[in-house]
Amino acid sequence: MPRIYLDYNATTPIRPEVRDAIVPFLNELFGNPSSRHLEGRHVKTKMEAARAQVAAAIGTDPERIVFNAGATEGNVTVLRGYHINYKEKKARNHLIVSTVEHPCIYETAKKMANEGYEVTFLPVNSEGNLDLDTLSAAIKENTGLISVMTVNNETGVIYPVKEIAKIAHDRGILFHTDAAQAAGKIPFDVKEIEPDFVTMSGHKIYAPKGIGALYIKKGRRLEPLLTGGHQENNRRAGTENIIGIIAMGKALELAVQEMANDRERIGALRDEFEQRVLTEIPHTKRNGGAANRIYTTSNISFRFVEGEAVQLKLDYHGIAVSTGSACSSGTLDPSHVIMALCNGDEEEAHSSIRFSFGKYSRKEEVPVVVSRLAEIIAQLRGFSPLYDKFLQQQKG
Amino acid sequence: MEYTEKVMDHFMNPRNVGKIENADAVAEVGNPSCGDVIKMYLKISNDIIEDIKFQTFGCGAAIAVSSKTTEMVKGKTITEALELTRDQVANELGGLPAIKMHCSNLAADALHQAIKTYLKEHGRS
Repeated sequence: MPRIYLDYNATTPIRPEVRDAIVPFLNELFGNPSSRHLEGRHVKTKMEAARAQVAAAIGTDPERIVFNAGATEGNVTVLRGYHINYKEKKARNHLIVSTVEHPCIYETAKKMANEGYEVTFLPVNSEGNLDLDTLSAAIKENTGLISVMTVNNETGVIYPVKEIAKIAHDRGILFHTDAAQAAGKIPFDVKEIEPDFVTMSGHKIYAPKGIGALYIKKGRRLEPLLTGGHQENNRRAGTENIIGIIAMGKALELAVQEMANDRERIGALRDEFEQRVLTEIPHTKRNGGAANRIYTTSNISFRFVEGEAVQLKLDYHGIAVSTGSACSSGTLDPSHVIMALCNGDEEEAHSSIRFSFGKYSRKEEVPVVVSRLAEIIAQLRGFSPLYDKFLQQQKG
Repeated sequence: MEYTEKVMDHFMNPRNVGKIENADAVAEVGNPSCGDVIKMYLKISNDIIEDIKFQTFGCGAAIAVSSKTTEMVKGKTITEALELTRDQVANELGGLPAIKMHCSNLAADALHQAIKTYLKEHGRS
C-alpha cells in the first residue's frame, strides 16, 4: 500500500519537469553568474530567463524579482528592512501584522517588539477573517508597514490583500504580503493587488527547498539582510542558488499554466473529503470553513481527541498529515492560528488536524483516509475521559 | 522529536484502557487546555492494586505513559505505587522527548492522587 501524502502545505515533492530542468545545472552548467567568461555568462542568461518566468507569473517585470533562500528570508528581510523607504526612520517604527501569520513573521515581530518597535497584532474572528475596520483603527501616525499573508498555511483562509493594500496606501503605509501559500496556486497579479513587497517560496510549488523570491515594487527599497556582494542588483549578497532559481522559474511557470485545472480537480477532492469527514465522523468541526478558502486545505477539529495522537496513528497507517496541536511542534501552546479560530477553546485547538491536498492527490485516496480516520477517532475516543464525560452528560 | 519503539508500542496498543465500575480509587489530573487529561481507576484489596485502568486525552506520549504506569503498578502494593516516579516511567519507556517530560508525563501524578484520596477516605492519611 503506497503512502498517502496530505501535507502539501508543508512541502511538495519536486515535479519531474522541474527535476529535468535542473539536471544540466548539476552537470555542465556550473558557472558563477557573476563571472565574465562564457561559463558564467551562459548561466547568467539562464538565471535571467528564470527571473522572467517568476515575474510573469505575478504580472511584473524581471527586475522587480530578488531571489533568496525562501519565504522565511523574504519575510524577515521585509520586516527588518522596510524602514529604508522612510527618511524619518525612527518615526515609522510601528508595524501591524495579523495574529495568524507564519511564525517567521509572528515571532520576528514579537522579537522586534522587544527590541523597541511598536507592534500591533491584528486578531481574526472565529471564522478566521480579518476585520478591515479593526485594521484601519489600528493604524497610527507612526505606522510604517502592514504585513498580512495572502493565504493562511494552517486553515487556507484567503485574506483581502487588495483591500488591505489600499487601506495602507491611503495612509502612506507600505504593504507586504507573504504569498508562500498563494503564488502559483491562486491568481495573484501585483498590478491588481498593488502590494509593495511579496514573499514567494519554491518548495510549496514542486521546486526544491531553499529557494524563494521577493517582489519589490518599483521605487521601493529594502535594507538587505545579507550584505557584501553585488548580486541581485545589490539587493541580496551571496552567489546565487542557480539550481533553485532555475527550478523555481520552471515550477512557477507550470503552476500558473495548470492553475485552473488544479483548482477544479484538487478542489473537488478536498470538498468530497471534507463533506465525508463532517458527515461520517461525529463531533467534527471545520476550522475557517465559512471564510473564503483556498481549494487545497482542510483544517478539522475532532472533539475529545488530541491532534498529535491522531497524526501519529495516521502516519503509522501510511497517511501523512499535520497538526497545529501543541504537542507536535516543539512548543507547549496550541497553534496561535487555530486558537484564534476556536474562540480561545483550547481543547478544540488541540484537536485540530490539517489535511492539504496537491498535484499528486488522487480520488481513490479520499475513501481510504476517511475510513482510517473514522476508525482512529473512534479508538481514541474509546478511552478519552473527555468523551466519557460528554456521554455521561448526554445521558444525565 | 522522536518516540522510542516502546513508546510507540504502548501508544499503538495501550494496556489497561477503560474504566472500572465501582472502583475503590479514582483521580483525574491535567486539563484540556494543556492538551492532556488522565483519569485513573483502581481496584484495591488488602493494599494491593488488583486492577487498574485509565482514560487519557492527550498526545502519543501521554497515552504511552498512562499505559506503562498501569502496567508497572498492577499487582503491586499501594506503598510501592506511591514510590513510583514520573522519571521511572519515562525510563521504562526508553525516554521521552524533553518537551514531553513535563506536559505529558502526568500518569504517576494521577496514580498518586487516587491512592492518597483512597487513604484519606479510609482515615489512614
